[in-house]
Amino acid sequence: MTEASMVIVGGGKAGARAAVAFRENSWKGPVTLISDEALAPYDRPPLSKAAIMEEAEPQPVYLLDEGMMASLEVNFLRGVAATAIDRNAKTLSLADGKNISYDRLLIATGAEPRRLSQAGAERALLLRDLADSAKIRSEFISGKSVAIIGGGFIGLELAASAAKRGCHVTVIEAQPRVLMRGVPPDIAARIAARHAEADVAILTSASIAEIGSDRILLSDGREVPADIVIAGIGAAPRIKLAEEAGLALDNGIACNTYLQTSDSYIFAVGDCCSFPHPVFGNERLRLEAWRNASDQAIVAVENMLGGQKPYEAVPWFWTDQYELNLQIAGLPQQGVSIVQRVPKEGALILCHLDAEGRLVGASGIGQGNSIARDIRLLEMLIGKKAAPDPALLADPAFQLKSLLKP
Amino acid sequence: MGQWIEVCAAGDIDAEDVMRFDHGGQTFAIYRSPDDEFYATDGLCTHEKVHLADGLVMDNIIECPKHNGRFDYRNGAAMGAPACVNLKTYPVKVEAGKVLIDTGA
Ligand SMILES: Cc1cc2nc3c(=O)[nH]c(=O)nc-3n(C[C@H](O)[C@H](O)[C@H](O)COP(=O)(O)OP(=O)(O)OC[C@H]3O[C@@H](n4cnc5c(N)ncnc54)[C@H](O)[C@@H]3O)c2cc1C
Ligand code: FES
Repeated sequence: MTEASMVIVGGGKAGARAAVAFRENSWKGPVTLISDEALAPYDRPPLSKAAIMEEAEPQPVYLLDEGMMASLEVNFLRGVAATAIDRNAKTLSLADGKNISYDRLLIATGAEPRRLSQAGAERALLLRDLADSAKIRSEFISGKSVAIIGGGFIGLELAASAAKRGCHVTVIEAQPRVLMRGVPPDIAARIAARHAEADVAILTSASIAEIGSDRILLSDGREVPADIVIAGIGAAPRIKLAEEAGLALDNGIACNTYLQTSDSYIFAVGDCCSFPHPVFGNERLRLEAWRNASDQAIVAVENMLGGQKPYEAVPWFWTDQYELNLQIAGLPQQGVSIVQRVPKEGALILCHLDAEGRLVGASGIGQGNSIARDIRLLEMLIGKKAAPDPALLADPAFQLKSLLKP
Repeated sequence: MGQWIEVCAAGDIDAEDVMRFDHGGQTFAIYRSPDDEFYATDGLCTHEKVHLADGLVMDNIIECPKHNGRFDYRNGAAMGAPACVNLKTYPVKVEAGKVLIDTGA
């Protein structure tokens, strides 16, 4: 009988955090981390922001480096993809022909950018890894025209970064406004106005007919100059491994509240999985968010080691564009009414309440970290299913913290 | 031992709260604990140099506003990833209703 072994597929935010969590939970047996990337786990959020904007050649921000992995005794296999799971034998096949047996398996394969289907789509650059970011950075030369397809977070962050590098930027969005998914109109409008100030053109309700060699042709006949084309049209969960192994899928790898897949020996975390959220009526969510990846890893590892801990962290996301910081906590779209809170001049927070007056979401925008503290407190109140008095929420002098005290 | 420098009046910081204090090209975070003791640490998070005074004080913990790294502000101890490096702390005293800090300079 060999020693029980914990195996993680995917060396991104979630996989790296899980490797650490096994040791934090005093697991002494083997931990193997498998990544198809050549580098040790590094952070992705800077890839659309600092890594593009900074003068100095960007360096990866490592989440776990060789030294940390050695001291944690994590067996790190790099540059090799896991290709198949044999659930009966409890083994994993790797692209280099090796097989690894597992006692518990964690799938943390993340997501990959969706591709355009229009003619000329092969010219569109995508952004997910460090090499993509370096390529985009090398193309953002002052004076060039950049067309970004998709007015979501990645598209808008890249637009801000391209503008900073002196490019002429156009964002092409199919919906009637940017950030349609999950961001309330008032907050999206502030972001759009800031882009306009930076001379970034945002074209909404626009659809693409064709991507030419130096321009994009829209269906309504307009032409957008495009030395460089970038597609930021969302990401799809990387489910191939799970799908071929016959695991249940539902907008990603379907997990239960313990982040366990339909095979009780296999768990999934991060951008690749969906799960029911107990704070929001067990609505099934799949999040593409940095903190979720690490919070899920911590809970899944506990459960892989025999725990029974439901995952109930309130969803939280941020984006930085120019000097602005936007944050979303909870699910604003579940709200039916909005209470405005202005914690500091120039900052705006919206508290989203459902029909029963329960706080279900908070969204905010402001310079630097001006909204961070209030959003954090609102996030905790959402987690407690609180129904605070709207008049108190609206009063900037009122300390939200006092609502958390028993 | 350096000099004691005046930060503010004791009443300027609420209990279980934090305030930013800049002096001599350095930035500090000054805390008042729930049991009314005053403490001081470096003003910037040891993870990515974000101002901790924008963060949240809960009991004896300061939580960084950027990635929620946590420190015990009484001794500067980092409580775990992403906060892995301890914060430097500074002596604080209250005299005649004023908060004073010894920056060691
Ligand atoms: C450019 C960019 C900017 C972002 N900015 C923000 C932000 O500002 N705020 C925020 O909250 N979130 C942001 N995110 C999202 C955040 O980075 C993700 O939510 C997070 O990285 C998810 O972690 P993960 O481990 O689930 O997936 P990933 O980080 O994608 O890691 C998955 C890893 O698994 C590897 N892999 C996949 N399949 C296999 C296989 N079969 N075998 C071996 N390895 C495999 C992949 O190559 C990858 O290394 C951003 C993402 C990107 C790309
Ligand atoms: S900057 Fe403070 S935790 Fe990252």
